[in-house]
Amino acid sequence: MTALWVAVLVSALGCAALKQLGYVVPERVVAHLRVRAFVDVLPVALLSALIAVSTFATGTRLMLDSRAAGLLVAVALVALRAPFLVVVVAACAAAAGVHALVG
Amino acid sequence: MVGRVARFAGGDAPPSDGAAARAARRRVRGRALAIGLSVTPFAVSFGAVSVATGLSLLQTCLLSLLLFSGASQFALVSILGAGGSLGSALAPTLLLGVRNALYGVSVRRLLGLPGWLRPVAAQVTIDESTAMALSETSSGLSAYAFWMTALSVYVLWNAATLIGALVGRGLGSLSTAGLDAAGPAAFVALLAPRVRVVSMRVVALVGAGVALLCVPVLPAGSPILLGGGVAALLAVVRR
Repeated sequence: MTALWVAVLVSALGCAALKQLGYVVPERVVAHLRVRAFVDVLPVALLSALIAVSTFATGTRLMLDSRAAGLLVAVALVALRAPFLVVVVAACAAAAGVHALVG
Repeated sequence: MVGRVARFAGGDAPPSDGAAARAARRRVRGRALAIGLSVTPFAVSFGAVSVATGLSLLQTCLLSLLLFSGASQFALVSILGAGGSLGSALAPTLLLGVRNALYGVSVRRLLGLPGWLRPVAAQVTIDESTAMALSETSSGLSAYAFWMTALSVYVLWNAATLIGALVGRGLGSLSTAGLDAAGPAAFVALLAPRVRVVSMRVVALVGAGVALLCVPVLPAGSPILLGGGVAALLAVVRR
């Protein structure tokens, strides 16, 4: 089995198992304020790390390239409450445009 | 399809139900359909990026069918596409799925399910179905709203993933199509509603900052886990 298949199956089964866990775990486990707070901030922390790395890194090198233009456009449009499709298409178009200009 | 099943489920209502109850269910079905439609652009982008990253059509569709959680799916293909190792891609993907477990704890009492239906409900317990169930507690339509939203999102999410994957096949390399900006843009859209308060903005900045500092010194992919993990732990310890 290739690494991609392992990634697909393990992540799919793992995330599905987490959902099942929510229906069997005793309520007092999640009644702890710290558990709840951790689960609350986890997506924020991970998504922001993902944004930073997927925009400014290539492998183990920090880069400033056309993706930064895409990110700028995305942030501006999200701030203006544009629909998701507009945000993604405009960000891709900006990145493609800068890529074509700069090379 | 959503409409037909909805009518069928509506027919299960007790005969004493009046026009007001029917109208309430119609309103819930309308919202469920709207939510399903609103996630389709995200699924199309995911499908296109996934295939352009190197996953097959089958792998892409299996992620939407089995994993069925947008942020995790996008994180996985984004990290793999950036050259991250298996482990460094899996950890953030699974951690992004942890919130779904908490959703299960919140909605399971509202649904009042027989045991055999619980695994089905669990699989479709995501941001949208949970939010709809919780928003309908006063109308007594929590379970109805949960299932209608789950059905609408599941069907449309998977159909849109397939369309996106077919589109992705037609596009060239990630960079020339600008598709390498789709991941960050999608994450910004997912992040925005969660950072309305200042304390969350601090968490976001710490997460991004720590991750970037780690990029030159850690294997690809792991800075995301470290940045995200450090920021989340700091936020909890500080309380």
